[in-house]
Parts: sequence; C-alpha cells; structure tokens
Amino acid sequence: MSVVIEARDVTFAFGQTPALRGASVAVDAGEILAIMGPSGSGKSTLLHCLAGILVPDSGEILFDGIRVHAMAETQRSSLRRDRFGFVFQFGQLVPELTAVENVALPLLLSGVRRSQALPKARAWFARLGLDGLEHRRSGELSGGQAQRVALARGLVAEPQVLFADEPTGALDSLTGEQVMDLLVGTAREQGTTVILVTHEPRIAAYADREVMVRDGRVNAPDRIAS
Amino acid sequence: MSVPLTLLGLLEREPSHGYDLKRDYDAFFGRGKPLPFGQVYSTLSRLARDGKVVISDVAPGSGPDRKRYIITDLGATEVEQWLTQPVDPEPHLQTVLFAKVVLALMLDRPAAEYLDTQRRAHLHRMRELTEIKRAGSLVDALLADHGLYHLEADLRWIEMTGARLDALRKEVRS
Repeated sequence: MSVVIEARDVTFAFGQTPALRGASVAVDAGEILAIMGPSGSGKSTLLHCLAGILVPDSGEILFDGIRVHAMAETQRSSLRRDRFGFVFQFGQLVPELTAVENVALPLLLSGVRRSQALPKARAWFARLGLDGLEHRRSGELSGGQAQRVALARGLVAEPQVLFADEPTGALDSLTGEQVMDLLVGTAREQGTTVILVTHEPRIAAYADREVMVRDGRVNAPDRIAS
Repeated sequence: MSVPLTLLGLLEREPSHGYDLKRDYDAFFGRGKPLPFGQVYSTLSRLARDGKVVISDVAPGSGPDRKRYIITDLGATEVEQWLTQPVDPEPHLQTVLFAKVVLALMLDRPAAEYLDTQRRAHLHRMRELTEIKRAGSLVDALLADHGLYHLEADLRWIEMTGARLDALRKEVRS
C-alpha cells in the first residue's frame, strides 16, 4: 500500500489557542482511518487541514504528491471539489434542492451536464436504499435518510478521499451503524480512502486502523512515509 | 485480581513485612474484601520458593510474621511484563486493569501508555467483532453487539481514568 495523504508535523492555532501542536499522520490508498480523541483534542482541525479547508501555521499536508499547504485557496477549492468528498455530522443538504439534486451537486459544480449528472446521482438511491425519495427536500427526510443522501453526495464524484466528520453523531445507534455499513461497503467497493473523525469506539471499529489525537498531537504509533 | 502479582507490585515499591503488605493491599485493592492473612503468607511463600522474592531479615520478638520480603530481579521482571501487556479484552476486566493503573501510578510507571495499549487491544477486538457483524447473520450481529457494547463500556472507563490520572497519582502517592 502507498501513502495517499499525509500530515507532517502540522501546527494550527485559532487565534492564541493552539489546536494542533505537531500532528503527523499518514493514510494509505484505500485505507479507512478513524481519528479519535476527546472533545477539543484537535481531531476535526486535523481533518480540516488534511482536506485543505484550513491551512496549517507550519508543517506540511501532502496529497498524491501535491503540497496542499502551499496551494492558493482557488487551487485548494478545485482539489476539494474534484478529488475529495465530504460527509459532516448534520448532512448539510441544500434545503432548496431535491434529494437527487443534492447528490448531483458535486458533479454539477465540476461542470458535468445536468442531463448526465442527474441519472448518475439517481443510481445512488437504489444503492443506498433510498428508492422513491429522489424528489424529497431535506425537510421531508428522516435523519438517517438525510445522512445517506449526504453520503451519496460525498461519493457520487468518485473521490480519492472521503472525509467524514462525526458522520453518525446526530443519529441513533442502529441508524448510525446502517450509515457506517453503507459508507464502509461503498468505500471498499470503490477503493476510496476514508478519513473518519469520531469519538465513538463502535464507529471507529468500522475502520481499518485508528489514531488518537490528544492535546493537538497524534498519540498512537503511526507510519510516516519516507 | 491477581493477588501474587499485586503483592509483587507492592514489594517493588519498597521491601515490606507481610502485615504491611496486607494492610496496603486491603487499603488500595481489597474494596471491602480484605485478604486473609493465611493467603498473604502462603502467597509470599510461593513467591519465595519461585525466586521472585527473598527474605531479607527476621526481626526478633513480635510473633511469626516479622519476615521482611524483598522483590528479586525475576519478580520485578514479572511485574514489568504484567503491567505492560494488555489484558485480554473481555468483559469484567476492570479489576485487573484497575490494579494495574493504581500500581503503575504508585511505581511512577507510564500508566497513560498502559491505558493506550489497552485501548488499542480493545479497538482491535471491536474491529474483529464489527467484521463478524457485517459478514454474518442477524443472530451473529446480536452476539457481536453484546461484546461490542461491553468493550465500549470498558473504553469509556479507560477514557475517564486517563483523564483523571494526574489526580489519581496524587491520591495514591500521598
């Protein structure tokens, strides 16, 4: 396995408050990694740095040979749109759009024609057990349904890396496990690398490996690519 | 709870008489179930027979229990191995893990590292159970869930203990 994405000795502070103090982690292609840690440990900040949402104060973020930390915002925005997928705790679906339009959104933003994007998005509804919900808006979906729509949106553009920040945090245990089962199953089918932030051990147990973040550092032994 | 290993751990802190060992064992680990004197002396005899402790001196006078015990290198190695190896992740391990944490703090050992090792062992077992659940029938899932919820409860205890280590250290070393 080769490393596809990596943080090297990353620091980041919100104003005067340090969130990361030299965090390093390397993730193999196709690997599902859980980042665990208590509230305020810096685990979400580490995910945001890896995903190019935040720029580290120091250290490096490397994705597929690209120095993400050194890219301009417009380049990082393209990278996020074209190569990464995202699922957050609260689906964050666009309320004005139907479910199928929400799923198609990453394709539409990448310039795929609507006539091609919508059928591709529709195919995900059967795959994730969402048949018949294509034209509902987010307010008409249950929490579990909305999160499965968000998962479809995260995976529709076949990203190399899917970033999932507490993707089951707002769901009950059974629904959360159903979402994780689908997330892991589809990611493995597609060979997608998944970086999953969670504080729940039962959710982390779906991953191939876990690391612990404490006080802004990655505590568990981890491999750094040479 | 492993009585022989716990007594060895207490002896690593300092050489002690059987009476003092019983007192400290009852104070920290007994939790309402004091160790009988007979068990203390029979355990110490076995440890001496196996070369894990030696008797340093016998004080004159006050009864038969005036032998002072000192841990040997062999005994210290056994304590070291016991503390650093994770417990098999299964329900009801807290008493052993509890003893390890308290002793590690008493002996100024890296208790946080031991907890991290245990956390990894638990998560490894949870991954195995999750795979059984994903690949198996609903009955398999039900059984796997039983194990997963117990292991998760252990992990919560490990997290909480990890967060309290500094305060615990002060308490057991005061």
